[in-house]
Amino acid sequence: MQREAPATVSTAPQQAMVGPGVPAPRAADPDDRELVERLRLGDEAAFSGIVSGWSPMMLRVARGHVSTDASCEEVVQETWMAVIRGIDRFEGRSSLRTWVFRILTNLAKTRGVREARSVPMSSWAPADVGGPTVDPDRFRAADDQYPHNWTPVGAPTPWQAGPEQSAVAGETRELLGAALQELPERQRLVVTLRDVHGLSSNEVCAALDLSPANQRVLLHRGRAKLRAVLEDYYRGSEVAS
Amino acid sequence: MTEETRDAVPGMTITCQEVVELVTDYLEGELDDSTRAELEAHLALCPGCDAYLTQMRATIDELGHVPVESLSEEAQDGLMAAFRSFHAPGSAGT
Repeated sequence: MQREAPATVSTAPQQAMVGPGVPAPRAADPDDRELVERLRLGDEAAFSGIVSGWSPMMLRVARGHVSTDASCEEVVQETWMAVIRGIDRFEGRSSLRTWVFRILTNLAKTRGVREARSVPMSSWAPADVGGPTVDPDRFRAADDQYPHNWTPVGAPTPWQAGPEQSAVAGETRELLGAALQELPERQRLVVTLRDVHGLSSNEVCAALDLSPANQRVLLHRGRAKLRAVLEDYYRGSEVAS
Repeated sequence: MTEETRDAVPGMTITCQEVVELVTDYLEGELDDSTRAELEAHLALCPGCDAYLTQMRATIDELGHVPVESLSEEAQDGLMAAFRSFHAPGSAGT
């Protein structure tokens, strides 16, 4: 990933690091460039668009580093203030969103240290990373003819969407939202950022100081639990109908 | 089917219990080519694992519709005011 100094720090002449044989940094895409130009010119619709579009995921990222909702909100506001002041120094060597997230992550970490929360995600105890994600009883025994494959009863069956699909959708979303809150914190953060907010794995790793492998493990375990919640829900509604 | 022939059939060298632990790596495109081919061969043979993967995708899809919190109205208004004043004629931003 290309490094770019955060807006709050004067940018060093990093271009000098690019020499012969070194691939040139990926330029921001044209849409990004236009957006940056509009922000520099004081286009309120452009600023309002990214504030409302990106703030929800920024609040989640901040939550990985600071301890209260109020602190999260302040960190996100500080980030946007830094963007307002620093957009002229953005050099377009990463995407605008990556740049904004880097500012956010730096501010959130600093804040986290001050609040003495400051337990980086990478060093949290791996309490929730072991063991199978699907009940072992659903698989055949080791001495079976088909060891470790689904038992007839254990095998997942396709979910039937109900006739009142929109009502079911509302209900499943509510259920998923509640189930997310029940996940261990790291799993919840990773699943929320990846699947609810649509961040890339690289963005999540950078924002939360996770290795790609750790990020995948947390994502896997979180998603598996949520799938199981939906499975119970669909099975229950089949029994009921 | 003997142990030897089962091992030789594509999709049968991997168990369902292994498949469910590989789905995320599969969806993330992180499996090596031979493991991916084996997993896909298994999915073609196994309705249970195929349903599992479909359900995992449905779960991810559904998560994209879970409502999210944003900044408070006041905070957003405050930021818009700051942006406006930064770009106002005669301010530090121009």
